[in-house]
Amino acid sequence: MATPTATVPSAGPLVGSRSFLAKLREGDEIARLITFLFAASVVLLTVLLVYELWIGSSLPRHKFGFNFFRTSVWDPIFDQFGALPFIYGTVVTAAVALILAVPLGIGAAIFLAELAPARLSDTLEFFIDLLAAVPSVIYGLLGVFVVVPLMRSYIQPALKSTLGFLPLFQGPAYGVGFLTAGMVLAIMVIPYIISVSREVLLSVPRDQREAALSLGATRWESTWKVVVPFARGGIFGSIFLALARALGETIAVAMVIGNQPIIKASLFSSGYSIAAVIANELTEATSNLHYQSLIELGLVLFLLTFILNGLARILIVATSQKGSAVGNA
Amino acid sequence: MQASVRPALSVNIPPTVTNTAPRDSTPALSMRMTISKVNFFYGSKQSLFDISMGIATNKVTALIGPSGCGKSTLLRTLNRMHETIRNARLEGEILLDGQNILKQDVTSHRRRVGMVFQRPNPFPKSIFDNVAYGLRINGSKAPLSEAVEKSLRRAALWDEVKDHLHKSAYELSGGQQQRLCIARALAVDPEVLLLDEPCSALDPISTAKIEELLVQLKDLCTLVIVTHNMQQAARVSDFTAFLLIGQLIEFSPTPQLFTTPGDPRTEAYITGRFG
Repeated sequence: MATPTATVPSAGPLVGSRSFLAKLREGDEIARLITFLFAASVVLLTVLLVYELWIGSSLPRHKFGFNFFRTSVWDPIFDQFGALPFIYGTVVTAAVALILAVPLGIGAAIFLAELAPARLSDTLEFFIDLLAAVPSVIYGLLGVFVVVPLMRSYIQPALKSTLGFLPLFQGPAYGVGFLTAGMVLAIMVIPYIISVSREVLLSVPRDQREAALSLGATRWESTWKVVVPFARGGIFGSIFLALARALGETIAVAMVIGNQPIIKASLFSSGYSIAAVIANELTEATSNLHYQSLIELGLVLFLLTFILNGLARILIVATSQKGSAVGNA
Repeated sequence: MQASVRPALSVNIPPTVTNTAPRDSTPALSMRMTISKVNFFYGSKQSLFDISMGIATNKVTALIGPSGCGKSTLLRTLNRMHETIRNARLEGEILLDGQNILKQDVTSHRRRVGMVFQRPNPFPKSIFDNVAYGLRINGSKAPLSEAVEKSLRRAALWDEVKDHLHKSAYELSGGQQQRLCIARALAVDPEVLLLDEPCSALDPISTAKIEELLVQLKDLCTLVIVTHNMQQAARVSDFTAFLLIGQLIEFSPTPQLFTTPGDPRTEAYITGRFG
């Protein structure tokens, strides 16, 4: 018991006057130490993770340097590795997923929290939580057997004939590709957005709604102009969660994205994502450089998640109006 | 203490109350609102029994009584806020300027009958936007900044906030927040202002400011205040209604109710023997 004494800082003059043993007996010091160790383990794990990825990817880092991020050739036979198509695929599919899932998820959450009868809301919440717990490979199967054929035969041709003038919706409709992967991801992240947003909306104080109603607001005005802005911090939290999941999703994306390292403006095109290529190639990597390039991709995904989350947070702070609940919550 | 006294009392309470109008009301007194034979139910539980009373124009009417007596429920029926609660049911008639409020459009009715709540509840917006909220949703044509200034002046808050109107309302003190909520309610020019224990979360100095303000506001509108604090009712109100487990026991001019109560239960309550 002598070692921890040295590492635990004194908790202040009042507490410090009692002997360490006395404090131990009261349990405060023990609780403090144990919870501190638990909290520290999170930081330790993160550091360890980055360290391992960094050490494990020394070969490609020295060989390619920054070109690893700039080049788009991924050729295990000639030992040429560039991460760009994978970064592109990861970002594009996550973006498509959020564009589809955010309005839908928040809309559903508003209905469940504000408009639906309590019993219906609770029943639906049960199913939403169930959906959030479905293994991603099941969503992958749903993608392969339902979404891909639907995209190939109906949605992509329809998009092409209506919005085909946009570079986003050009080229042959294979079914697999960025758009399909984004759509499957959207289906996967919607339960997160609904579940968290609904909870946050329900926790908005009753007197906020009533204040709006008492000023002559309609129910919708009180919901949209008072309740939702009050809850915006938590709603953004649900979007972060969705973004993190969309960036890191592996197997479901690998099943529907087409698995070709291509950068194309068209969302119909096949692509590849970082998580998918790691899962597909790690066991089959023949050369050391190939293996370590995949590890560096892991590092890139880690940083990407970090940077995108940071940017999103900055965006929110910058756009949140003065006095919004984000800062006060 | 309450729990032991109230059941015993309930046995003695007559089903109807006779003295429903202020006892020595002058004939000139006009009524802004009239409540007649109101029964109120939460599900199958009745919480207001056959209440009839008038709310005099440009006066302060106080509703007092022990917790759970139905005074807040009665207040909330006046701007139909009870309709936000599932299974709530109201029988009877409530008139505002001679028209049954239950047959009016609910949002325009609430605009005429504003409300201030127990806890200060500004919106998470700037001071200015809080006051402007009601004007904006009602599509007011008047210049916003003038209207906001007028309301803040009426709520005796202007001098304290005029230099930082665009600061968050949450940076104000509790008492200032409550006056901001009053300004927000006044901005839409309500005919009646309902206050549900507006000072219960405030310190004595803030309370004194609000009480002073309420007396001034009489010229602008009719006020109904629910309060736990009998001294407060005595200080600010012109008429006082005493409620007990959903029944209106006594309704008189305030000085009379506090000096010569007409019902032994009122006397027991105001002398602090229960509640």
